[in-house]
Amino acid sequence: MSTSLASRIARDPRFLELSRKRGSFSIVLSVLMLSIYYGFIAIIAFAPKSLAVPLTAGSVTTIGFPLGVGVILAAIILTGVYVVRANGEFDALTRKIIEDVK
Amino acid sequence: MSRIARILSLALPLALAAGSALAAGALEGQAEKQATNWSAIGMFFAFVAGTLGITFWAASKTKSASDYYTAGGGISGFQNGLAIAGDYMSAASFLGISALVFTSGFDGLIYSIGFLVGWPIIMFLMAERLRNLGRYTFADVVSYRLGRTPVRTFSATGTLTVVAFYLIAQMVGAGQLIKLLFGLEYTYAVMIVGVLMILYVTFGGMLATTWVQIIKAVLLLGGASFMALMVLVKFGFNPEALFAKGVEVHAKHNAIMGPGALVSDPVSAVSLGLALMFGTAGLPHILMRFFTVADAKEARKSVFWATTFIGYFYILTFIIGFGAIVLVGTNPSYLQGAGLRGGNNMAAIHLAHAVGGDVMLGFISAVAFATILAVVAGLTLAGASAVSHDLYAQVICKGKVDEAKEIRVSKMATVALGVLAILLGIAFEKQNIAFMVGLAFAIAASANFPIIILSMYWSKLTTRGAVTGGAVGLATAVVLTTLSPAIWVKVIGFSTAIFPYDAPAIFSMPLAFFVSWLVSVMDNSAQAVEERSRFENQFVCSQIGLDVAPAAKH
Repeated sequence: MSTSLASRIARDPRFLELSRKRGSFSIVLSVLMLSIYYGFIAIIAFAPKSLAVPLTAGSVTTIGFPLGVGVILAAIILTGVYVVRANGEFDALTRKIIEDVK
Repeated sequence: MSRIARILSLALPLALAAGSALAAGALEGQAEKQATNWSAIGMFFAFVAGTLGITFWAASKTKSASDYYTAGGGISGFQNGLAIAGDYMSAASFLGISALVFTSGFDGLIYSIGFLVGWPIIMFLMAERLRNLGRYTFADVVSYRLGRTPVRTFSATGTLTVVAFYLIAQMVGAGQLIKLLFGLEYTYAVMIVGVLMILYVTFGGMLATTWVQIIKAVLLLGGASFMALMVLVKFGFNPEALFAKGVEVHAKHNAIMGPGALVSDPVSAVSLGLALMFGTAGLPHILMRFFTVADAKEARKSVFWATTFIGYFYILTFIIGFGAIVLVGTNPSYLQGAGLRGGNNMAAIHLAHAVGGDVMLGFISAVAFATILAVVAGLTLAGASAVSHDLYAQVICKGKVDEAKEIRVSKMATVALGVLAILLGIAFEKQNIAFMVGLAFAIAASANFPIIILSMYWSKLTTRGAVTGGAVGLATAVVLTTLSPAIWVKVIGFSTAIFPYDAPAIFSMPLAFFVSWLVSVMDNSAQAVEERSRFENQFVCSQIGLDVAPAAKH
């Protein structure tokens, strides 16, 4: 790719839209995942007893289990959300940008 | 000290060093040789015959360098997701995490979550940019606009260091495990693993390695699903009933339902979390898998499927651990003294016997062996590629190299790494290697990850900044680990450690970023100016994937 072509694409409004939208989407999802995980770790480190509270009065299952499994499911769901938007909206934009320069 | 506390004190440091759980348990003298297990050996032979058949087929399709390193880029997102899962789910995490659940309940869940949460981060920040910028190794990405010789040399060093520690841990674990499961001598076990891994990689390259990993992932997920299902059937699919029985029969009773001793001090907890999360994003054998798919779309699908399978696997492991508490821990035929026969890492293996008899025991043992083979094959291929592609083709030959010759160098490097792995596996048989996997993750997080992420996102990074920062991260991770309890006390034998935490990433990773930044902003050389000017090219390519070698048609 020649520099001029790269510069042309870099100034294409659709390219700016793509990189801006995708960039902020990635950051939002990353921050969300980091908060979920480190929130969970923070509870374990600073308030471990709160996870050992029974889910309902008299149950053996504690709050920690649905929360822990919830972190696993959140990881899967967030990656899924990213794939759906990136493989749809972002890839459509990318295709348009590439078609124009060809 | 009570027996349980002693078992726990064995399990925790291990568990902290990821894959080492299994090896360390065995190193404590628990891995006595078992009676020869014929059904396991039969099934293992079936696996070996099948995978060698695939290697033979793959060899006929592997001609160019692109075929050899990346299976021609023709792997689908779903297949690659399975292969990544196969590359990542080690025998140690299967046996080690179910053992941790067996001994401490909830702590096992906390631990397994740490291994999963790196995947979404890889997805959001790295997967598609890696695919768009690289061809064979992650050094392709870092050297896109930076100086070839220093960056490739450093990346290859980072790769080989991570591969070496990870590989030794796997080989020692393999030897102990096979001695335990098959009643085979340790030395033979290590040699069989080494020879098979050399055969897969030299003849079949990435295509054979990928299929070995896919088959192993399917077998492991299938076997683990069956065991979890059998456990749940016994409790009418009611987790509450399973937990109630577990609490009733476990020596620690209600304590297994909440956080225990695993995360006691916040610094260690966060440090371990950082190493696991960002280390995953810096493991060379994992990063290499992103170059086996056609484009960014397939790369994203790969991470989604990998995350799904790995997350599902950890949930299964947890059910298996609880199943072992209830079905294995209460059955005298699996017990010896106050622990499990063969050590607590046998929890999942004994459970296989409890729910499926000798056939299931044989199957799960064979799967554990297959699991090790898949992981070491991926590691070896990544190490060999760093030697042949980064060091030989790019640094020594300056990119002007005959493909056939480059592949030949890669095969020679594979054989050398295989032989070295066998020798080191034998040499470390009786050593305490509990720190090795943790160290591999810490180095990946402190040396590889910072320079990859900065090269992709920060336009002002220069070659000097990347190499200095990465080298400082690598050295800090190694030095701090050496001074930590895991080596200073447990290996060398001093009474107190100079550095109090086993996981160094909380210090070494930020330091690597800081030094990279500092050296880059102070670098005003002509070369630095030129490197910054090339960022726009790289940025456009990383976003839309123009100028990537087209994928092979399959």
